[in-house]
Amino acid sequence: MSLKSPLGRVLGLGSARAGTEHWLGQRLSAVALVPLTLWFALALLALPALDFYAVSAWIAAPLHAVLLVLLVATLVYHSSLGTQVVAEDYIHAPGLRAVVLVLLRLLHIVLGVAGILAVLLVATRAPL
Amino acid sequence: MSPVSRPLSPHLQVYRWQISSTLSILHRLTGVGLSLGAVALVGWLLALAAGQAAYAQFSWVFAGLPGQVFLIGWTLCFCYHLCNGLRHLAWDAGYGFDKKAARNSGIVVVAAASLLTAAFWFVALSRVAA
Repeated sequence: MSLKSPLGRVLGLGSARAGTEHWLGQRLSAVALVPLTLWFALALLALPALDFYAVSAWIAAPLHAVLLVLLVATLVYHSSLGTQVVAEDYIHAPGLRAVVLVLLRLLHIVLGVAGILAVLLVATRAPL
Repeated sequence: MSPVSRPLSPHLQVYRWQISSTLSILHRLTGVGLSLGAVALVGWLLALAAGQAAYAQFSWVFAGLPGQVFLIGWTLCFCYHLCNGLRHLAWDAGYGFDKKAARNSGIVVVAAASLLTAAFWFVALSRVAA
């Protein structure tokens, strides 16, 4: 039995009964990004050069490709959740907010697919 | 849901400047900046996948002064968001909540982010020079 008044229910007052998953996803991806981003930053510094051949050869190592795919996926997920909250908090016009939220989600899907595909293409390319 | 007009809380300008609120909004700003950095990262990977010519063009863009400013900016955003993110995770776990601890950890975060950024670019540039 609900204790909400019929008017309150129609107006959508009270808890949305969702949000825990978003909150937890944001934190878990944050924790995962700590080692992944630090590894990436240190790996960039350790590379002998950042030219086409050096970076291609680096990504061709299976471990590096796996970690890069994980980095792109986690980064895009974390970014999607974060920018969503920013849009929800600062865009007050309901119509515009809905459009921006949908666009943000779609852009992040494109970003994730493109990034992962790019890593796989480089990793599986015949040695140059 | 039909819009309900509710009274607004006292507006931003009545509050005194505080380090805690500044660092809080900086966390969001650097986060948005890093989302743009993620676009650049994926662009870099795509250029690498597209071939030597595309990669050379992409590298050329970031070799120029505006490109370098962006890269340094993203490093700073990353180091800040990383350090302050760890501070947030500590809060989530229930540590460092009292006023003095929160203020001190904020100062530590700013110092650590600056130092990490400087260290990263010092190593990066000295490797280029070598």
